Amino acid sequence: MTQTTAESAVRKQRAQIRVRTLRTDRWWLAPVLTFAGLFLFLIYGFWAMFDLSMLAGSYIAPFSSPCLAAATCPEGARLFGFAPFGDWYKLPPGLLILAFPGGFRFTCYYYRKSYYRSWWMSPPACSVAEPHSKYTGESRLPLILQNVHRYFFYVAAIIGLILTYDAVLSFRDADGNWGHVGLGTVILVVNAVLVLCYTFGCHSCRHITAGRLNHFSRHPLRYKAWTLVSKLNARHQQFAWASMVSIVVADLYVRLVAKGVINFPFA
Amino acid sequence: MGYKAKFRVWRGEGGEGRLEDFTVEVNEGEVVLDVIHRLQATQTPDLAVRWNCKAGKCGSCSMEINGKPRLGCMTRMSTFEEDETITVTPLRTFPVIKDLVTDVSFNYQKAREVPSFTPPADVKPGEYRMQQIDVERSQEFRKCIECFMCQNVCHVIRDHEENKPNFSGPRYFIRIAELDMHPYDVADRKEPAQDEHGLGYCNITKCCTEVCPEHIKITDNAIIPMKERVVDRKYDPLVWLGSKIFKRQR
Ligand code: SF4
Ligand code: SF4
Ligand code: FES
Ligand code: FES
Repeated sequence: MTQTTAESAVRKQRAQIRVRTLRTDRWWLAPVLTFAGLFLFLIYGFWAMFDLSMLAGSYIAPFSSPCLAAATCPEGARLFGFAPFGDWYKLPPGLLILAFPGGFRFTCYYYRKSYYRSWWMSPPACSVAEPHSKYTGESRLPLILQNVHRYFFYVAAIIGLILTYDAVLSFRDADGNWGHVGLGTVILVVNAVLVLCYTFGCHSCRHITAGRLNHFSRHPLRYKAWTLVSKLNARHQQFAWASMVSIVVADLYVRLVAKGVINFPFA
Repeated sequence: MGYKAKFRVWRGEGGEGRLEDFTVEVNEGEVVLDVIHRLQATQTPDLAVRWNCKAGKCGSCSMEINGKPRLGCMTRMSTFEEDETITVTPLRTFPVIKDLVTDVSFNYQKAREVPSFTPPADVKPGEYRMQQIDVERSQEFRKCIECFMCQNVCHVIRDHEENKPNFSGPRYFIRIAELDMHPYDVADRKEPAQDEHGLGYCNITKCCTEVCPEHIKITDNAIIPMKERVVDRKYDPLVWLGSKIFKRQR
């Protein structure tokens, strides 16, 4: 038998297995479902962005909140009754704000994983070869721009609080009296909770609270915050999907009530 | 109860080779490595396989079983159907020496490129004061058994041999994170992580985390926190401004 040494040329080769993967399980299922889920969310979001029936009683549709344009926002949908974009702005109000939550999710570490795998197939699943001949990942333009994620987090944290405020307002009836609880109230509250769990489980948030420190014991409060964020962070993927579904459900529900499609006493 | 299992095993030297079919006895409670050893004992005395502890702690027996990186000694035969053909191949990312044994020296090379623990010059051994919570994060990474399955599965080098010079791989990202998070390490590890070790190549698709037999949360607890630390250092104008104004380092 021939002895191979570190210098022998043949030793420098990987196993020449000429199939893309030897996996026998249904590795393609997760990317297919992810692709479909994200696709449906985008389609819905696009439709909701242009839909103007955003206010039903005291319910405000999440995709249109905060509503910043006087011309297209009904009085009750405005944040603190305030519309910084006055009458001159006639386009759907969603266009003004959706870039922020959209950018937040687009640059989220979890969503990056999900679309790199399912849309870009880089890689489609573990130990399944990717179809691209070159790869530089996030080391240069354009993907190096993903590093702005924390700035989107700052804005998203504010939007998360606004959605919470909207959920609180949903405890009023159509005439503005407190004490109302309808199906819409429940949906909006659940949605706000899920959105907050997603937003504050963000990896950038984890870094800001105390992840960037090396001496936790010198910063007990920040350490405490970090442990809380870490708990949410461990479920970040689940909260990403749960909040995505809840936003669509809540948004669609409010719009259907606003359009009169849903019309029962406890709506 | 024993049964006859169908195995396909990669045989060959230096990358050239083929999958060979075997029928081999399997007994209750056995793992894939046991079956490979039975093949050695009964049919293919020259079949090469690396192993040591048979307890999932030495990291020697990494191989690919039905296309997935696994420890041979920790993969129970009971997880497969009796009529299933089980394909066993060497790690794909590294050169093959013979059969299932690969040359993993790429990893030793990358290990040497990470400077070791660097304490402050004025703190003597015995003067370190820290609490458990200060070192807890780093301790998770100490569980690594150096099976190199994370290195093997990472598509950055698995699918792109040409990236090897620029990319140290997940096992060394946890090493860098371990040191960077250490309260008494003063070496700069953030810029080198990005510029020399190729942290930016990682697209956080988490295959390293999926295969780690020690269940180290490589991506969530090491790579992403290091990416955030790199952002502090290189890409965040506000942090940069703050560090100039407050002269704040750690
Ligand atoms: S998460 Fe990054 S380091 Fe880990 S396997 Fe994926 S690309 Fe490689
Ligand atoms: S980090 Fe996990 S997968 Fe990687 S070498 Fe260590 S034990 Fe193996
Ligand atoms: S929101 Fe997902 S990581 Fe920031
Ligand atoms: S033989 Fe030691 S880990 Fe498998």
